[in-house]
Amino acid sequence: MKQHPVTEADLHAYIDGALPPSRCAEVEAYLAQRPSEAERLQAYRAQKNELRALFNPVIDEPIPPSIPSRPRRRQWRMMRFAAGVAIAIVSGFAGWLLHDHAMPDLQARAWHTRPAISTGTPALARQAAIAHVVYSPDVRHPVEIGADQEDQLVTWLSKRMGTPIRPPRLGKLGYELIGGRLLPGQSGPVAQFMYHDASGQRLTLYVSTEQSHNKDTGFRFAEEGPVNVFYWIDGKFGYALSAGTGKAELARIATAVYEQLEKS
Amino acid sequence: MEPDQVQLIACIPRLRRYARALVGSRGEADDLVQDTMERGWSRLAAWRRGSDMRAWLFGIMHNLYVDQARKGRIDTEELSDNTPEPAIGAGHAERLEVRDMDAALRLLPAEQREIILLIALEEMTYEEIAATLRIPIGTVMSRLARGRERLRALMEGRPAATPLKVVK
Repeated sequence: MKQHPVTEADLHAYIDGALPPSRCAEVEAYLAQRPSEAERLQAYRAQKNELRALFNPVIDEPIPPSIPSRPRRRQWRMMRFAAGVAIAIVSGFAGWLLHDHAMPDLQARAWHTRPAISTGTPALARQAAIAHVVYSPDVRHPVEIGADQEDQLVTWLSKRMGTPIRPPRLGKLGYELIGGRLLPGQSGPVAQFMYHDASGQRLTLYVSTEQSHNKDTGFRFAEEGPVNVFYWIDGKFGYALSAGTGKAELARIATAVYEQLEKS
Repeated sequence: MEPDQVQLIACIPRLRRYARALVGSRGEADDLVQDTMERGWSRLAAWRRGSDMRAWLFGIMHNLYVDQARKGRIDTEELSDNTPEPAIGAGHAERLEVRDMDAALRLLPAEQREIILLIALEEMTYEEIAATLRIPIGTVMSRLARGRERLRALMEGRPAATPLKVVK
């Protein structure tokens, strides 16, 4: 059987895993006959590994506050305005369209009073949800210091936060500590602890110490897209527990966290 | 937060990693990410749901980077695909210096560096890179081949091979 000649593009596709298995075998046979070409490809492969070793740590760095995690206020207002206009137009048109069809008055009014875009999730819950979204999908480096060095983690975080801080134990609820990291808050550092259950579902506890201006609260619940958040403020401490799990399950865990923190 | 806002925010760490590798300095890289995210937020409504957000966002960063490089805000070599590549590392000292990967990366033309990084760090397919940078796939392949070979030459401390020319 006549084979297609191996091209330069094939060689690159080979090291990038972009060739079908049958073609891989042909490239391997080609390389077996040509040691200098095999050596060249080995150098290209080494480049990839070296670049990853050099730059992957950036993924773990805390995100500088200068990088916007929400639209600018002006844009945000514009978006809300635009959404409001769109709803007004649609509902106006629908009203006009349904005018003769005796649309129940109540329903028509509901159309107009529907809020354009819901806002007003408190900063604590929102920041916690953002930190959850940013760090929990990271398979390789979800935390800065792992649970295997828990003592070190506790010492380090307590020192940086300026107050003793310890991750609650959630093993009885099926969640094991993966580790923790330090993130920039609005005026000082914030700690994030990450847990997972047997299925790999991740849970983060966000602890801030900048809540002195806020009053204590009971449990509050917020929904930020796919992330559910239970949060509460206790003195200067603000806690937020975020996960993609259901509200009831999260409430159960939040209660356990709250009880442990009360005791300590 | 809407799902597309979540998706946008989740891209920040990867944008930072790529920008750092692309421009080198931490400050300039984060400035580039900041500009990219500001543009991303302002255009999020125009992003088509279900399409590849990463390609869209990295494409925005690419455009900003090219604009900035043109204005001289970022130090890059202006080379087209047809510019003969200058031999480097004439002296011993220079040869030794570029054995460092980060330094060698800086000596690549930006358009080769981008492709090498999108493959190594983002693990994009050639098709995804072509879509992100809006160039034909053949151009992706030729820049990749040149970039990798040049990087190898730099790391081995020898002058980069002059591209072959057809002599008539």
